[in-house]
Amino acid sequence: MNGKVYGLMAEFDSPGAVLRAAEKVRGAGYRRWDVFTPFPVHGLDQVMGYRNSLVGWVSLALGAGAFMSVVGLLWYANAFDYPLIVGGKPMFSPPMTFVPAYILMIMGAAVGALVGMLGINQLPRLHHPLLAKKRFESATRDKFIIVIGANDPQFSASATLKLLGDIGGSNIETVEDQE
Amino acid sequence: MADLTNLEELRQLAPPAELRRAPVIEGNLGLGWLTDKLSAFAEAKVPKWWWFFFVPTAFAATVIFPVCLFYQVFTGVGVWGNNHPDMWGWDIVNFIWWVGVAHAGTLISAMLFLTRQHWRTTIGRMAEAMTVFSVAMAGLYPAIHVGRAWFDWFMFPIPNSNGNWPQFKSPLMWDVFAVNTYLMVSSLFWFMGMIPDFAVLRDRSTTRVRRVIFSFLAMGWTGSAWQWHNYEKAYVVLCGLCTLLVFTVSSIVGLDFCTAQIAGWHATIFPLYFVIGAVFCGFGMMLVLLTSLRKLCGLENIITRSHIDKVAKLTLVSGLIIDYIYLMEIFIAWYSGDPYERWVFGHRFFGQSYWYFGWMLLGINVGVTQLLWFKKIRSNLLLLFVIGLLINVGMWTERFVIVVGSLYQDFLPANWGKYHPTMWDVGLYIGTLGAFFMLYLLFVKFLPVIAISEVKGATPQGDPHHPLGGAPKGGH
Repeated sequence: MNGKVYGLMAEFDSPGAVLRAAEKVRGAGYRRWDVFTPFPVHGLDQVMGYRNSLVGWVSLALGAGAFMSVVGLLWYANAFDYPLIVGGKPMFSPPMTFVPAYILMIMGAAVGALVGMLGINQLPRLHHPLLAKKRFESATRDKFIIVIGANDPQFSASATLKLLGDIGGSNIETVEDQE
Repeated sequence: MADLTNLEELRQLAPPAELRRAPVIEGNLGLGWLTDKLSAFAEAKVPKWWWFFFVPTAFAATVIFPVCLFYQVFTGVGVWGNNHPDMWGWDIVNFIWWVGVAHAGTLISAMLFLTRQHWRTTIGRMAEAMTVFSVAMAGLYPAIHVGRAWFDWFMFPIPNSNGNWPQFKSPLMWDVFAVNTYLMVSSLFWFMGMIPDFAVLRDRSTTRVRRVIFSFLAMGWTGSAWQWHNYEKAYVVLCGLCTLLVFTVSSIVGLDFCTAQIAGWHATIFPLYFVIGAVFCGFGMMLVLLTSLRKLCGLENIITRSHIDKVAKLTLVSGLIIDYIYLMEIFIAWYSGDPYERWVFGHRFFGQSYWYFGWMLLGINVGVTQLLWFKKIRSNLLLLFVIGLLINVGMWTERFVIVVGSLYQDFLPANWGKYHPTMWDVGLYIGTLGAFFMLYLLFVKFLPVIAISEVKGATPQGDPHHPLGGAPKGGH
């Protein structure tokens, strides 16, 4: 174990405790830190200061793109490249395009939501320093973990350790990043 | 904010016990216990009952299914009972039936999420799996009933050397997109919901093989606030999109019928009719799966009686809507004054053939459904299991009455002819049933069958504003 220090991690027992602790970490002025929880904790978004997620916009962009592409495709296929008369109806009219375009809009938007979520979260990733920690396994079980990154301008091995202890963290450990 | 000093007074203001909401999870034993409980089945040894069900379903799925499929594809649609005038038979009946089974899954999972019903967390995953597998079964039928399955690519807008394109003004064409989209989006939704639970199983894994598999599936999920933040947004968006699909896919299947100039099909109510019928049928299947798996997997504390009661109530609601639609259909057939419409509907119940299906449809979908009004029956799991099976039979009958009942006796003697399913029809249906249940059993055994992270978030221990979740006394 002689890798670079990635950060310090501390465990908390309940969502309420971690929420209050997170408020204090933020109050202390840290910027590069994160909270790891087994499920989304209500109110943590506000404490972390997250704005509306961009996933919705990715989804909208892909959905709208799919909608317009299908309208274009239908015009190209049934009215331009191979004009097809069906029941004396016009070669191209907006209502005829609606159903296929709408369905593929849903497809595009759904792919956008998943891919957007993975992309913004930088997933999939094969390695994460925290996943090498044995204690971190409880973050998907019943523990709530705060990690303060060593790349934070305020990070100092002793002061950060003290802060994590003061706000009620237990089992405080150093996380190493093995390149 | 009210004065919270007098807690005793507040407690007296709380509703009496019988009016309080049932807790999502019984036992109130904490997050660690829940994690153990919910992952136990996927980690334990394969139980005997599982093999008991798996062997026959796997036989149907891997022997009967491919034999019937390949024989039909190599020989032609003629091996089925489809023949003039019944050009649509079991293939379409089963297609609609499987699409129908899928719909309740999406409805339970997506729509109840949007309406913030916490009890959906325990049954949502099972419902989604039901959707994914049954849409896959449904999608198979249109692909092979076109006759020459090797020309299926004609249905997709692919530039080809013939220089032709699909005819996009037809609802049959829309079906292709609708079913494929439904399969894809519901799979995405199902998979995305499982990512955090794959991480749970990864972190609990004891063997190297499990660890590698679940690490791969979890894709490096750590559960950071940032990840959850984006995940929740994506989940809401996907739920909204899935809800749209519930109303789209079956509507388009309904349009296949109502654009045809056939008495009994040519009705504007069909899109709605098919959506509600689909949901009703799917709730029937949900009752079958929930009541049995709850017992077999030992999930009595998780899938509580209160949840099953709610599913039964939703079944009743969709059943009542379908009853109303039957009434309207018959009323409009009479009110239209169209002699052909009137004749077809009269024939459904008093005709020469298939009249018994008409009465079966009324007996089950209208009659048996009314049993769900009674709390005694809703709390009897065995009865619910039987009612769920009956609803599936009833809804299958309904599709048969619509498809074959409207075709077999047209208004020219040349268009008269009864429909007889062949062993290949029956075999293929058994094969799809086998494949569905085989996939479902594999899912139940090897994947997180209950949304572990969602359930934990719905308990008092997971609520940061609840005293059990670590909130300071008197609330947050």
